[in-house]
Amino acid sequence: MRRDPGSFLGFGIVAGVILVAALAPLLPLHDPTHLDLQNRLLSPSFEFPLGTDHLGRDELSRLIFGARTTLLMSAASLAIIMTLASTVGSLSGYYGGWLDTVLMMVVDLMLAFPSLILGVAVAGILGPSLINVMIAVSVVWWASHARVIRGMVLSARNKEYVEGARAIGASDGRIVVYHISRNIVGPLVVLVTLDMGWIILGIAGLSFLGLGAQPPTPEWGAMLNDSRSYMQTSPILLLAPGSAIFLLVLGFNLMGDGIRDILDPTTYR
Amino acid sequence: MQSYLARRLMTLPLLLLGISIISFMLLNFAPGDAAEITLMRQNGGVAPSPQEVVELRQELGLNDPLPIRYGRWVSNAVRGDLGESYRSGDSIANELLRRLPATLLLAATALALAVAAGIPLGVLAAVNRGTWLDTSCRLLALVGAAVPSYVMAPVLMLFFAVKLGWLPAVGYGSPKNLLLPALALSFGTMAQLMRLTRASVLDVLGQDYIRTARAKGLSERSVVWGHGLKSALLPVVTVLGTSTGFLLGGAVIIESIFGWPGVGQFVIQGISQRDYPVVQGFVLYMAVAFLLINLAVDVSYRWLDPRLHFGGKFN
Repeated sequence: MRRDPGSFLGFGIVAGVILVAALAPLLPLHDPTHLDLQNRLLSPSFEFPLGTDHLGRDELSRLIFGARTTLLMSAASLAIIMTLASTVGSLSGYYGGWLDTVLMMVVDLMLAFPSLILGVAVAGILGPSLINVMIAVSVVWWASHARVIRGMVLSARNKEYVEGARAIGASDGRIVVYHISRNIVGPLVVLVTLDMGWIILGIAGLSFLGLGAQPPTPEWGAMLNDSRSYMQTSPILLLAPGSAIFLLVLGFNLMGDGIRDILDPTTYR
Repeated sequence: MQSYLARRLMTLPLLLLGISIISFMLLNFAPGDAAEITLMRQNGGVAPSPQEVVELRQELGLNDPLPIRYGRWVSNAVRGDLGESYRSGDSIANELLRRLPATLLLAATALALAVAAGIPLGVLAAVNRGTWLDTSCRLLALVGAAVPSYVMAPVLMLFFAVKLGWLPAVGYGSPKNLLLPALALSFGTMAQLMRLTRASVLDVLGQDYIRTARAKGLSERSVVWGHGLKSALLPVVTVLGTSTGFLLGGAVIIESIFGWPGVGQFVIQGISQRDYPVVQGFVLYMAVAFLLINLAVDVSYRWLDPRLHFGGKFN
């Protein structure tokens, strides 16, 4: 990692955003939801470093509190996705047979939909809310991971350590949860880190379409959408959340690349 | 080749069945009652009497068991009838078909731009490995993966339409209108194709037959563009199907930004008006289109790769 400035930068960006987001309530910021129509669309100043939005709310404060929304939502979606994917993937890979056939047919079916289109439809039909966006993103993303995890479990299933565990009488559940999972956790960490970027983009995209965060919750995609009507007079309202999304996704991608290189030195760069 | 095609064609009906079931089930999760919403529209917004609702439910067969309703829906869908919009009462299939060319034009232009820029840049980066050209291409790939189309679109609009005034911000009809949305949509795919081409060319350039081509005294240009590129492009072709799905999805967002009159704009309107059959029809159409495109890409890939012609295994 020390030799690779890219992944170091990525780690720095991610750590920085997490730190600022975690400390947001302690920072000397304006209330991100406080409306002040007297002071709408102000240019950047000492009082409002990134100016104010169309309802007079402090843009910097919304950006920082928006990071909390984005990070929490993405982490929660990721948890749902990985729970679903590892359950289906382990069952499929470990037991094989008809269960494998059926589960992988479901996976193939989910992958037959263009992801964003299914995401838009699920979020749209469930109705606009942050929770529904998380459900939509999870519904769309779990399948490809289930397939990857199935492959890992399948190749681990016949390894000697699994045979050994079975010989001393370990149950199937214990073998999968305790023995196999430890051996596939490395590649999974890479998958998860590289995934954060996609999940952030997906959530912000659905929010941009008005399907996610509802006013007054600060969220980058929704802020980006709000800014479009004012881009001529206040371009900073567009550039600030746009750059925030870019930086955080870039950070996770760089970090994922870096972790992959550490765990798998044979990967081609 | 034949057996592969046969296998693909055999799973096709299964996938179509699954896609139709999921699309059908979507509407079942939607809040609201179809009969009540339809009556409300016909009465001009006045709430219908419970008696009317019960009668229409009976008439529309909404009380029938789920499998029967699915069967009726799917047999209508096969005949090109996706029902009526809750809002306008118009045929959803007609509206989707009327708007589909605009979406396909946008997605196809974006794909063409991505291929036209991404592949040559990827080859150039690989051939000039380690130079400033390679470094800038890799930076571009990183940026492309992190800037979504919905950030790219307003930023392009801000500079080229609002500040410079070179291109119109919204509208439909002329090539000028197409350029900004297609550019915004293509950026991420372009970066992905570039990254992939670079890796693939570098991989191929390390192969024995390239060494042979060099050893027999061919010019570097002929080695790279003549011998190397052909096989290096095969892995790139495989992702074109996925890219198309990605572009069709991205088009939904881009259309709503640029006021592009495609199916994406239609479905976003449908969502905001709680017009759920529109969403259902849209998902069905797009998934079927995606399935057929992927099949076409897969078949052409098998056809392009000589190693796969005689049933040989490709590792």
